[in-house]
Amino acid sequence: MSAVGTTEAGAVRAGAGASPAYALSDCLTMTRRELAHWARQPVQVLVGLVFPVMLLLMFGYLVGGGRTVDGDYVDYLVPGMLTLTMVFGLEGTMTAVTRDLEKGVIDRFRSMPMADGAVLVGRAAADMLQSAVGLLVLAGVGYAIGWRATGGPASFLGALGLLLLLRFAMLWIGIFLALVAGRPELVQAVQILVWPVGFLSNAFASPDSMPGWLGTAVEWNPMSATATAVRDLFGNPGGEPGHLTAAVVWPLALLLLFFPLAVRRFGRLGK
Amino acid sequence: MPSEAVLVEGARKRYGDKDALDGLDLAIGRGTVHGLLGPNGAGKTTTVRILATLLRHDEGLVRVAGHDVRTGAREVRRRIGLLGQHAALDEELGGRQNLEMFGRLHHLGARRAGTRADELLERFGLADTGRKPVRHYSGGMRRRLDLAASLITEPEVLFLDEPTTGLDPRARGEVWEAVRSLVGGGVTVLLTTQYLEEADRLADRISVVDRGRVVADGTPDQLKARVGADRVDVVVRDATRLDEAAGLLPVARAEVTVDVDRRRVGAPVADRMAALAETVRALGAAGIEAEDIALRRPTLDEVFLRLTADEKEAAA
Repeated sequence: MSAVGTTEAGAVRAGAGASPAYALSDCLTMTRRELAHWARQPVQVLVGLVFPVMLLLMFGYLVGGGRTVDGDYVDYLVPGMLTLTMVFGLEGTMTAVTRDLEKGVIDRFRSMPMADGAVLVGRAAADMLQSAVGLLVLAGVGYAIGWRATGGPASFLGALGLLLLLRFAMLWIGIFLALVAGRPELVQAVQILVWPVGFLSNAFASPDSMPGWLGTAVEWNPMSATATAVRDLFGNPGGEPGHLTAAVVWPLALLLLFFPLAVRRFGRLGK
Repeated sequence: MPSEAVLVEGARKRYGDKDALDGLDLAIGRGTVHGLLGPNGAGKTTTVRILATLLRHDEGLVRVAGHDVRTGAREVRRRIGLLGQHAALDEELGGRQNLEMFGRLHHLGARRAGTRADELLERFGLADTGRKPVRHYSGGMRRRLDLAASLITEPEVLFLDEPTTGLDPRARGEVWEAVRSLVGGGVTVLLTTQYLEEADRLADRISVVDRGRVVADGTPDQLKARVGADRVDVVVRDATRLDEAAGLLPVARAEVTVDVDRRRVGAPVADRMAALAETVRALGAAGIEAEDIALRRPTLDEVFLRLTADEKEAAA
């Protein structure tokens, strides 16, 4: 053993390994890092929360008047906006991952004896936490402008669960795309593409009001499945029973595809 | 236990149809500072990334601190520190937050990670800047924090990839000072650089790298002896007498380079003062007027051209 290995730091380190305790500790450290970013950049966090609120108010008050939806448009709109926010979360994930890759800090993480997946787990935990907070804020604002969920507490929680499941699927798509794209320019391209995908759904308008082919595309959008099931659980107009399965299966299918792709891509950074 | 802290034998790495490493060999003794000298694209960074387990090589043996980088990556990671070309820090966090996070990821535990962060901030003169986000740091401060981060666990082997590229002279001096202070502690250092001066000042041994291979290897003095430690350059007033002047320099004619555009002849010399005196005398005796006569250190280009020329001759 060399002289440096017998110092205190070396002695502690000698016991380090890939044990589950260390893996958990690494994941917590990476999550703490993301939370520390929030504390450092409160304005950015605030903007992230305010943006969907702005969209909600714009659509609710400016655009909403002309919508052909049975019942109160706000009751139709709020679940749609909640769903849209989950899909747009993809952008935040991509931006964060790309920024890390660019700064070289990922290289330092990878040259350390930490658990392999901790970088991704930290990202996932922080993004999910932020999305959960975002959901509650948006739901609160929705309540303030007249949205009411009438499905009962169990259904309410079930709806939040479906929304977060969609966000979780988006998270891994975001990580994968960021690892593939790697550069901020390409992130921008994806950001632009997320908008039509987000709007080609029943978030703002019922597919019944659209030309046939468009309505079909909208109905097949995985996001529409979540929005419809969530509306049903909230007891809002536009909800239909029987979409629950699709709202679970779609995100799960995306997860099954993109989770392994993202993990593999991360592992291939060294190739 | 092998005496080498780093051992590389016949390492190859291909990117598409380009060989980034083409059979690179390297042996670095424990507790020494080894310089990897070469131009951009020579394979220096690729070598460091392979040694630091960030990149997998295609062929060859690569061992760091007694462990194979392929099969014992985690063991290697526990024993190395890495200072990459660009600061590998979390720009949004403060200096102390960065060091504490890296300490936790090295599994020092929360308390020890905190005290270690404070020790390192103190040692690198960053104690009063620990709370400021790193993106507001100056280039030199960032580099020092980066170095501190690579020393969290007192590594056995430290990789410094062009540690001073892009820094102003003062910051460069600070980094050199910091590296020198480490060497006493028994750390093995692998340093890549484009600057001969840097390798000269810091390294015990130097490997000159070109196109993914080591083309020369030795102590700084040995390498400089191969290219001539200094050069005499003469700018001749009358361009028609350039060849004549070239023949008067106190070295073999083959060693002399002639630059017609600048009316300049020059050659590497062993004894600088004697060579200067002899040149002045010989030019005076021949009646050749000189606009300028100067002694100067060889540039990396010259070291390089010379060593790669030797390599080509050896191959021929």
